[in-house]
Amino acid sequence: MDDPQPLWVQYWNYIGRILRGDFGLSFTYYPTPVSEVIAQALPWTIGLVGIATLLSFIIGTSVGVLAGWRRGSWIDGVLPVATFFSAVPYFWLGLIAIMIFAVWIPIFPASGGYAWGAIPGFNIEFMGSVLYYGILPAVTIILSSVAGWILGMRNMMVTVSSEDFVTVAHAKGLKERTVMVGYAARNAVLPQISGFALALGFIVGGTLVTEIVFSYPGIGFVLFQAVNAKDYPLMQAIFLVITIAVLVANLLADVLYVVLDPRTRQD
Amino acid sequence: MTTQTRQERAERSSRPSRPEVRVVPPPAQLADDLVLDIRELSVQYGYGENAVQALKGVSLQLGRGEILGLAGESGCGKSTLAYAATRLLPPPGVITGGEVHFRAVDGQEHELLSLSDNELRAVRWSDLAIVFQGAMNSLNPVYRISRQILDAIQVHRPTWSSKQRQDRAKELMQLVGIPAERLRAFPHQLSGGMRQRVMIAMALALEPQILIMDEPTTALDVVMQRQIVEQIVQLRDRMGFSVIFITHDVSLLIEIADRIAIMYAGEIIEQGPAEELYRRPRHPYTRGLLKSFPPLKGPKTELTGIPGSPPDLANLPTGCKFHPRCPFAMEKCVTVEPVLQISPAKPEPGRTVACWLHEDEALLPQELAR
Ligand SMILES: Nc1ncnc2c1ncn2[C@@H]1O[C@H](COP(=O)(O)OP(=O)(O)OP(=O)(O)O)[C@@H](O)[C@H]1O
Ligand SMILES: [Mg+2]
Repeated sequence: MDDPQPLWVQYWNYIGRILRGDFGLSFTYYPTPVSEVIAQALPWTIGLVGIATLLSFIIGTSVGVLAGWRRGSWIDGVLPVATFFSAVPYFWLGLIAIMIFAVWIPIFPASGGYAWGAIPGFNIEFMGSVLYYGILPAVTIILSSVAGWILGMRNMMVTVSSEDFVTVAHAKGLKERTVMVGYAARNAVLPQISGFALALGFIVGGTLVTEIVFSYPGIGFVLFQAVNAKDYPLMQAIFLVITIAVLVANLLADVLYVVLDPRTRQD
Repeated sequence: MTTQTRQERAERSSRPSRPEVRVVPPPAQLADDLVLDIRELSVQYGYGENAVQALKGVSLQLGRGEILGLAGESGCGKSTLAYAATRLLPPPGVITGGEVHFRAVDGQEHELLSLSDNELRAVRWSDLAIVFQGAMNSLNPVYRISRQILDAIQVHRPTWSSKQRQDRAKELMQLVGIPAERLRAFPHQLSGGMRQRVMIAMALALEPQILIMDEPTTALDVVMQRQIVEQIVQLRDRMGFSVIFITHDVSLLIEIADRIAIMYAGEIIEQGPAEELYRRPRHPYTRGLLKSFPPLKGPKTELTGIPGSPPDLANLPTGCKFHPRCPFAMEKCVTVEPVLQISPAKPEPGRTVACWLHEDEALLPQELAR
């Protein structure tokens, strides 16, 4: 704290240490190094929110494909329900879910990442416990985010379905599935990709509420504690991780785009 | 119309039955030399009050090995006819009536509008291929050309080996004058004309019975246009398929078509052998249309075109739809709609015209009576 060196030298040293992965010691978890705290919390967040986001994207996009392909079918009935869940504030949805499925009908645990008795490691008991504890938070994340994917994909499907190449695919006598997937959805999914990349970037940053509501041992929960304890080294490190996550997600989106859309390739 | 037939039917059934002479209805089958028979096809866009009638009882026959030209001003319903006859009409288009009979090489007859989806899929492309007007956007931007040609072949010729399919794709590219290496290209890497030729190649992939081409040469330069058109005629001579060739360019039609049908505001108003129709148009509209193109041979004539503009489908004139623009319009034209028939004044086999001027030779102006 009372370092005699001038400020810019301290800053320089700090940058140098960051590059080596040394963020100093956490105040909250003293004397655990910040890097270790993050290394323990990050897999929980990426596992829960990452998988939930991916599932939400896959489910939402698939439903969107069907809803856009057969407009006016029963699938359109899913839309108002999904939109309702996305309109409800997330923390409230989470609390209601806990009240119903953990308190009234106690089939899921109300909080935590794994059962008390389980020994962390690659053993079946622990993995099963993690999965079990993850279901309720994951379902609430999917419920609150799936409507966006459905709507986006549905609208793109409607637009792409009237393109000439889709009519040609029909005229060629291809199977309806082939036309729907290979011609319509394959093109309609392209704008979804950038949305997905943004969502991936928000996994680390947007997980705060989920993890507080479910007392989940991820990075959001740690950030919450760090803020309460004015744990600056830990906060700074978490903000850096969030920034990097967004950048990596954007890079991933660019790569994915190049793979999926030949027009962006230069060969 | 329906009440009348119902009355007739009632009369017929009330007659004392005579077992030795059975009343045989006229055969609903195609004449042997027809591949496609479009009967009274009607199409509207939209529903209810806002509906516009884009096709009004269009009947058209296509003979085996014949090239039929379909011409008319923009918006008269040429593409709509092509889409409706192949059941590819995009919403809000609806077929409100009519039949489309197709006869396969084996003599089997299908009514395309009542086929099940699976049966229709089998007929599509392998018997009836179509090159769309928007050939520029007819290719899937994310797949290579080869994949888009091969998937059509694969779904209709599942027994072919992969080598056979690829050879066929290469052969097709050569046919339309594109080096076979370009099969590996993505659509955006090809020029508009090349894309159009790829679409033509793709349409020929399975040697269909019927080829519908909706302005297939609009994006091509004149040299290429000529090559493609000659190519199509040659292929027709060799393989014996039939073509419906849709275009604005009547002068092109005269060179390749055996027969020409002229459309106006969703109806066919004149139809006949190409040469005769060109030399001696019978309908004032046809005459005007022909006059808006420079003649290919012979002395220069003044280009006049047709005064006015095509009618708004939502607000069609009464009687003959052409009467507001017709230099010879009479009182009857304003009130009564003419029917497409052999001209009573100038009867010629194989020619029909929908115009009241042909009611009486005395009415027929010099220009239309040659
Ligand atoms: N989706 C639609 N909704 C309403 N009207 C339509 C629709 N599509 C076409 N039409 C109308 O149907 C008529 C026929 O259109 P169509 O495309 O068949 O004309 P066309 O003869 O092929 O013209 P062009 O030579 O310009 O290609 C036009 O008057 C058009 O305004
Ligand atoms: Mg058209």
